[in-house]
Amino acid sequence: MKRRKIDVRALPGKSAEALDERFQAATPLRRLLNKVFPDHWSFLLGEIALYSFIVLLLSGIFLALFFDPSMREVVYDGSYTPLRGVEMSQAYNTALHLSFDVRGGLFMRQMHHWAALLFMAAIVVHMFRVFFTGAFRKPREANWIVGVLLFWMGFLEGFAGYSLPDDALSGTGLRIASAIMLSIPIVGTWVTTSLFNGEFPGDVILDRLYIVHVLLIPGALLALISVHMGLLVKQKHTQWPGPGRTNENVVGVRMFPGFAAKAGGFFMIVFAMIAALAGLFQINPIWLFGPYKAAVVSAASQPDWYVMFLDGSTRLFPAWEIRFDLFGWGDGYTIPPIFWPTVVLPGILTMLPMFYPFIEARFSKDKAVHNLLQRPRDNPLRTALGAMAIAFYVVLLISGGNDVLADKFHISLNAMTWAGRVGILVLPPLAYYTAYRIALGLQQHDREVLAHGIETGIIRRMPDGRFIEVHQPLPLDEHAVEGDGHHGLEYAGWVVPKKMNRIGALAPTVKGFFYPIEKAAPTPKPAPYDIGVPKREEITSDR
Amino acid sequence: MTTQTAPEQEQFDASDPSLTRFDLVKEGARRDGVEIVHYAPRFPVPGTKAEKRIERVLGLMFLLTGLMGTAFVVAYIAWPWHYGHGDETYQKLFPFYTPLLGATLGLALLTLGLGIITWSKKLLPEEVSIQERHDGPSDRTEQRLTAATIVNMGDELGLKRRKFVGLAFLAGAAPLGAAAGAVLVGSLIKAPKQDGENIFFTTGWDPAKNGGKPVRLTHEDGTPIRPADVSIGGQITVFPGIPGGATNKYGDSPTLLIHLREQDAQETLRNVKAVNKDSQWQNFVAYSKICTHAGCPASLYEQQTNRLLCPCHQSQFQITDNARPVFGPASRALPQLPITVDDEGYFVATSDYRVAIGPAFWERP
Repeated sequence: MKRRKIDVRALPGKSAEALDERFQAATPLRRLLNKVFPDHWSFLLGEIALYSFIVLLLSGIFLALFFDPSMREVVYDGSYTPLRGVEMSQAYNTALHLSFDVRGGLFMRQMHHWAALLFMAAIVVHMFRVFFTGAFRKPREANWIVGVLLFWMGFLEGFAGYSLPDDALSGTGLRIASAIMLSIPIVGTWVTTSLFNGEFPGDVILDRLYIVHVLLIPGALLALISVHMGLLVKQKHTQWPGPGRTNENVVGVRMFPGFAAKAGGFFMIVFAMIAALAGLFQINPIWLFGPYKAAVVSAASQPDWYVMFLDGSTRLFPAWEIRFDLFGWGDGYTIPPIFWPTVVLPGILTMLPMFYPFIEARFSKDKAVHNLLQRPRDNPLRTALGAMAIAFYVVLLISGGNDVLADKFHISLNAMTWAGRVGILVLPPLAYYTAYRIALGLQQHDREVLAHGIETGIIRRMPDGRFIEVHQPLPLDEHAVEGDGHHGLEYAGWVVPKKMNRIGALAPTVKGFFYPIEKAAPTPKPAPYDIGVPKREEITSDR
Repeated sequence: MTTQTAPEQEQFDASDPSLTRFDLVKEGARRDGVEIVHYAPRFPVPGTKAEKRIERVLGLMFLLTGLMGTAFVVAYIAWPWHYGHGDETYQKLFPFYTPLLGATLGLALLTLGLGIITWSKKLLPEEVSIQERHDGPSDRTEQRLTAATIVNMGDELGLKRRKFVGLAFLAGAAPLGAAAGAVLVGSLIKAPKQDGENIFFTTGWDPAKNGGKPVRLTHEDGTPIRPADVSIGGQITVFPGIPGGATNKYGDSPTLLIHLREQDAQETLRNVKAVNKDSQWQNFVAYSKICTHAGCPASLYEQQTNRLLCPCHQSQFQITDNARPVFGPASRALPQLPITVDDEGYFVATSDYRVAIGPAFWERP
């Protein structure tokens, strides 16, 4: 029998043809490969969140193989001697087992936790980028809303996650969560008993949180991320204004190979950072906290950073309780103070950002499609509002750790609380005003340079004795009419060169890190200053 | 769009041997609405010093990736990793296990990432491409056609003509939807009232939980407490002396038993409110440890000022004045547990708390 020879070199082509016969993939595949991505560092922030999410999925699967969320009481008998013989839930027991008796388990646990912290941080910073550049404007309002939902989903996922190990800290967090649910008018007690299957802590909450943490919310996150990415591909990226860039095009590199290589490399770097953090920096050392006991708490009980702002709002809110009678029906009713900073405030903080694109469009009467980004300075109102929101957030965040600050810096705890209460009212308007003025000032300076040129640093004395600084006007474009009184360039909302070396007055820096890898360009000799005076000669004694 | 480009596509012969591969790339991009306006190799002359240098750097980075990856695997397998196992040297090396994993994996990934990025920035051709956007609504005709299709669909159902069928469908679907909801609601919803009592108003101190007898104050290990067990100015956490009283099953019951100094005890007696009458036994008071704000254990007791601080949100309670909140977000006083000493000389709670303990809720008066 004759063996059929396989032509190895024709194999890729043949298989590609076979695949295309079945899937007709040639056109859509090429379209994908040719998709153009604009390039700017700030567009990478969202990618950090995406990559952290991938790390979260992978490390989470590993943890799930060892973790058991059961609240059954067991006696610890693992390697960690200080806790031996202590009664604890099976959840805490397996979390300890993961940390001490699984090879590399602690590393994976810390990787999961660090990735979660980074995930939320990247989401927040990415959100700032999108907000301050106006990338949420039409047609991208829907994707902005998906982004806001992603933040809150991540928030819940993180909370559920750090509640699972059932150490003293997570139990305290859960207890506060139960108090928050209790505070909801009318249905509060029903919601709490239903969720906890009775009074806190009950015996089912961890099993329920577990399925929420490993299935329901990750599923929702995956779905939302898919929509987020899908809309991004459909609507294409925004881009900064600049030469050749219009509202109708995308200028950049194609997905393959340029963008894919950069993104792949960046993924590895994000992954590297998470791995390094996980190995070198301890996070959530649950064995130091001990198992959760309702009577035990330690000072400096702080949630993870992304929950801290709500902890801060809870600390700052005054003890304003509403008690009333419903016409003698029942024994009287209560709306506890904790309801406002933990239920109402997050509600506002969800709705307000979600509707912000529409609110802004309505007030600015702007119905146009925007694919070009705005620099923060070019929309002072939005920038100021954003700065105000950040100031509000930061006061809450700091107040979430005010006991630690009070302790470490020897400040009165009550003074810290009052500083937060005053700060939350005073600082946001101040931030608004400051940001507004800075934005206007930066804009003004750009306009100045466009009208009069770059400051050269050369001071010249005029014949009448005045001193002026020489300005180097920027080259005019061809449309400008000489001598129309309005000389200078059109304001384009993009970077204006403000130093002489930005317009080529100085040679570019020589390349090379420790030693030059190229020859430096010859220093340009200043042109002889020709003012019709004969060349000076060396003064000699002429003897 | 397809109709517009069709004639051009016919003119283009992809198998024309005179075309370079890049011509094909450009044509492909053009069909995808992408114009490659600038495409220049980084090193037009092969084998220059600069190019060689980049190649060496890349080689070094990827070698480091391999080296660090190997180091990770070796460390993972061979380095002492087990807490509290092995001999002295094993335990001396153990603390470096996780840092080693982090450092080696981090460096492996970092060099890989930097290598790939260097590759793309230094070796891949410099490129500027422009892709057209197709924003704005669909073609007016398209909109009309789709709208007609959808409206037609609705009309075909004939709900306008056959109102009865629609109503019947709704009447059938609503219970079915309710059925789906009912399973969820019925299995998860639990009423706050259990056995005729609202569980938020009772704790483990309820004599009913002890066969009708007053519940003893006990340590965590279940041993009862005598007055002499608490020194003057001291405080201990006590639990109801019933089976499982110190476990999280009675998470609402931890109580702080405080032995006040004489003058503080007198002050407390002077300040006592109606609800706390006769709760104090000599110089001993017992207050719920569960903060009325968010339910954390309010356990930091400042002896000099007789203030109790909750470490979660810094609510402060004045013990000598009915544990009234004096600072922070808490709005209600800590409930006082009425205590006395039984015939055998041990502390007992004469009754359950007279008001609900812990964070407030809607039905709480």
